[in-house]
Amino acid sequence: MSALAAVARLSGQLRGSRLVLVCAGMLLAMTVVALLGPVLSPHSYLATDLDRRLLAPTLSNGQLFGTDDLGRDLFVRTMMGAQVTLLVAVVASIVSLVIGVLYGAIAGFIGGKLDAVMMRAVDVLYALPFIFLVILLMVVFERSFFLIFVAIGAINWLDMARIVRGQTLSLREREFVDAARLIGVSSFGIIFRHITPNLLGLVVVYMTLTIPQAILMESFLSFLGLGIQEPQTSLGALVNRGVGQMEQAPWVLLIPAGLLAIVLLCFNFLGDGLRDLADPRDKAQ
Amino acid sequence: MLRYVSMRMVGAIPTLLLVIVIAFLMVHAAPGGPFDAERVLPPEIESNITRAYHLDESLPQQFLRYVGGLLHGDLGPSYRYRDYSVSELIGSAFPVSLRLGLTAMAVALLLGISAGLVAALRKNTFLDRLLTGIAMTGISVPIFVVAPLLVLGFAVHLNWLPAGWSSSSGISRYLLPVFALALPQIAFITRITRGGMIEVMTSDFVRTARAQGLDTLTIVRYHALKPAMLPLLSYMGPAVVGILTGSVVVEQIFGIPGLGQLFVRAALNRDYTLVLGIVILYAVLIILFNLLVDILYGLLEPRMRKR
Repeated sequence: MSALAAVARLSGQLRGSRLVLVCAGMLLAMTVVALLGPVLSPHSYLATDLDRRLLAPTLSNGQLFGTDDLGRDLFVRTMMGAQVTLLVAVVASIVSLVIGVLYGAIAGFIGGKLDAVMMRAVDVLYALPFIFLVILLMVVFERSFFLIFVAIGAINWLDMARIVRGQTLSLREREFVDAARLIGVSSFGIIFRHITPNLLGLVVVYMTLTIPQAILMESFLSFLGLGIQEPQTSLGALVNRGVGQMEQAPWVLLIPAGLLAIVLLCFNFLGDGLRDLADPRDKAQ
Repeated sequence: MLRYVSMRMVGAIPTLLLVIVIAFLMVHAAPGGPFDAERVLPPEIESNITRAYHLDESLPQQFLRYVGGLLHGDLGPSYRYRDYSVSELIGSAFPVSLRLGLTAMAVALLLGISAGLVAALRKNTFLDRLLTGIAMTGISVPIFVVAPLLVLGFAVHLNWLPAGWSSSSGISRYLLPVFALALPQIAFITRITRGGMIEVMTSDFVRTARAQGLDTLTIVRYHALKPAMLPLLSYMGPAVVGILTGSVVVEQIFGIPGLGQLFVRAALNRDYTLVLGIVILYAVLIILFNLLVDILYGLLEPRMRKR
């Protein structure tokens, strides 16, 4: 089955699954608002105004979400935070996807001793308390966007590698692989040109499940003050500031916290729904 | 069985060593020394300090010294809290976190298993949908969102429970942190129990038991419960990781003087030795617990021992 056919089959089934469509629509809408909001709003995410601190949400001057403890406009900051959170999640997921697919495809296709060693290494890595090593990494080195991307991506590839390896094991027995070998395509040629495109459908489904994990990780780090640094912000960092103000100004906490919860819930429902569609056997349970 | 247990124990050693090596190297690759931020010292004093902390030795020597200390439970001096050793700091914070974590785990198991069993036995009813929906929400909403919301609701608005740790004593100060810590685990355990139970209840031996005329309650109690709990047992490793990471957040929000709060403070202060010590302690806890789960699994499921 080619990747195109898989997408076509999936989109046919999608019409039957309302929850998946609703979640996808909401995520799309939120992304658009997060991208356009800061551009359209008259306020800046940096400008502080100590006379206008902790103002309640209002419609009058476009400060839809009110202001924070430094008088900065919360709507713009929340949208900037959502942008950062989504960006980190997508980039980190792509990092984990590239590592995981290459690793899994090579292990599964070559097989034998190499496969055994590579998968044993994955088992050992699984047992490592990564989250704490990432915190250590953030403590030791300068905190930068790049480091956050790499650190989160480097954790999430393990699941992807396992899934891809399993799929590759069955793909390599197929006739088109024999045909490619017969006309003299090298092993790496087969992996890149013939195996990887066939993994696409499965990989996309599992990526929707790694994105919320990456969001959770980034916001966890930012919440602790070890992730995104001021004046940059992310949803996790906004929740952290909100906790300090919640008694006087609960909206400073409630708005970013609610948005983060909705984003995570949507991604989880989307990923679960897509996986059920791609793997009907799992749905039976 | 003894062979199985000892093989598992030997298997855990490389993982443990790997964690220690990675963490140690990371800390020692840090740009700048631990005392760079302070005022310039005369060279004699600086070399004295360097010698006192063994920073003049080569990296392998320092590593061996550190591992040697580890074996005696000595994690070296703290770089920030000058009068305390890392072991002393951890020793005073750990019991608080341990009590909190164990209570949360017990609550999560009790509520999660009950909810999962109810959902499985009432599969596809309204009750089942409600419970699985709540579980999905519990999995999705992170603990650092749930915990402040609990404080806002129960402490600030209703004023039923204390918001902070130090503002009260007794059981009431445990309620909110324990519940916040347990909530995501309740959600996961509900889902896993439900899945495991449904699979077992549709298996052949349960059908046979039904054909013999046993009622559902007897089947669940004497036949289905044990095999249905096996997937839950293998989730116990990740659950411990979840409780540990969760405690970092919960202790921060409620101001609990436990290991998690110590860890975050050390991280923000760049107290390298303290962070290193806590990371290693967390790693040891996780690896030991995984080992325990593996051994229990082997006891309950003899087929596993052959692998």
